[in-house]
Amino acid sequence: MNIRNMISYSLLILVLGLVQILFLKNLAVFGHAFGFLYLLGVLILPSTIRTIPLMLIAFCLGFVLDIFFETIGMHTAAATLFAFLKPIWLKAASPTGGFDEAEEPSLGQIGFGRYISYAFPLLFVYSLAFFVADQLGTGRFFGILSKSFFSALFTLLLTLVVQLLFFSRKRGIS
Amino acid sequence: MLRIFQFLYQIRSFLLFALLEFLAVWMIVSNNSPQGAALFNTSNKLIGDALQKQADVVQFFSLADANVELISENALLRQQLLGLQVTPDSLPLAIDSTLKANFEFKGARVIANSLRFSQNYLTLNKGAEDGIKPGMGIFNSQGVVGRVKSVSENYAVAFSMLNTGLLISAKIKSLDVFGSVQWDGGNASEVQLLYVPRHVKANKGDTIITSGFNAVFPEGILIGQLSKVEVNKKDPNYLALTIKLSTDFSKLTYVYLVENIQFQEIDSLYRQSDLTNEY
Repeated sequence: MNIRNMISYSLLILVLGLVQILFLKNLAVFGHAFGFLYLLGVLILPSTIRTIPLMLIAFCLGFVLDIFFETIGMHTAAATLFAFLKPIWLKAASPTGGFDEAEEPSLGQIGFGRYISYAFPLLFVYSLAFFVADQLGTGRFFGILSKSFFSALFTLLLTLVVQLLFFSRKRGIS
Repeated sequence: MLRIFQFLYQIRSFLLFALLEFLAVWMIVSNNSPQGAALFNTSNKLIGDALQKQADVVQFFSLADANVELISENALLRQQLLGLQVTPDSLPLAIDSTLKANFEFKGARVIANSLRFSQNYLTLNKGAEDGIKPGMGIFNSQGVVGRVKSVSENYAVAFSMLNTGLLISAKIKSLDVFGSVQWDGGNASEVQLLYVPRHVKANKGDTIITSGFNAVFPEGILIGQLSKVEVNKKDPNYLALTIKLSTDFSKLTYVYLVENIQFQEIDSLYRQSDLTNEY
């Protein structure tokens, strides 16, 4: 990964974080589905970034969001889990022979079907962890489950839209 | 020994994962305990300034609504003031301590608010420098809003009524029956009224106001109307009452804060008699 890439990934994460804080904070479709768009920044980091730096990035990102959202620890816990599972799941879900080392798992690079099968389970686990942390003891089991499912779905839609609109087809980030 | 280190090195990413998760869970727990002072929250200067800028922009568009609301409230207060004005009299009136004002009011603006989680908080643009203290009650012209949790120099963080950890003492206005209001984490426009015995004949549409028992709110601040009256299925001795909130939490801008001047005295009296006061 060269400096140019590093800068563009940092910018992407910054922009996504700002969008999350400024616009997606109180947005919930039917009061049910949350959009965790900032996860896109972690989701499409190339597979050359190993688990440990990835987890630290996600931890800091979740922590900053938590401070703004007054949900101390919840985004942090869920994002760390997300980053821990990402390389494992990417390896398991990749075709035999694996992805090209430097390849980033974005929509333009790995295709529609594979992107969904890669992103959706991770987003679902993230949402589940988040809502369990949020509602443990007060929420009903199926309430948590359906909230997680629809949040993952909505987040997936958001990430697809962002990638279709702002990413060029050949290279990951324009 | 070397084997052990090799093994630990092999699972280093998992160990870091466990450590980070532990940290996060510790933060959740320490933030949710009412006594523990929150280390990081929106009352931080930097974060508060950023949120204030955001609120400046967003709330600019609702200024017209805020004005209309303030004018109608002003009119109402003027009307009440007219009835209170005493004509000058030569007879001096000794004021009894029961007539002394126990509450002090302050105003503030909400600069951050959430309604989608089960623990929702508000951030206000005034802090310790403006005389805001932890424990003050918050309401606006529509009804009860919440209670201050912690303050910094210039900002304050408060429990929203939509926080499953906040209990507010309330009563049914027409019957004078009291109970506690708590949110169940579901619908953001409804809260529950707990501990009302079954023999009470509560009706749909009854007005719920603060009781004034908990020394946080003065008596008579509106909370909402009863929207559902059922028998509690878990504990048949009590009613399960649902209140439709009068406050629209999605449109909070200006709020009032109320402080009971005699709170210290009441609190120490409770302590003397070994009572724990439920806020």
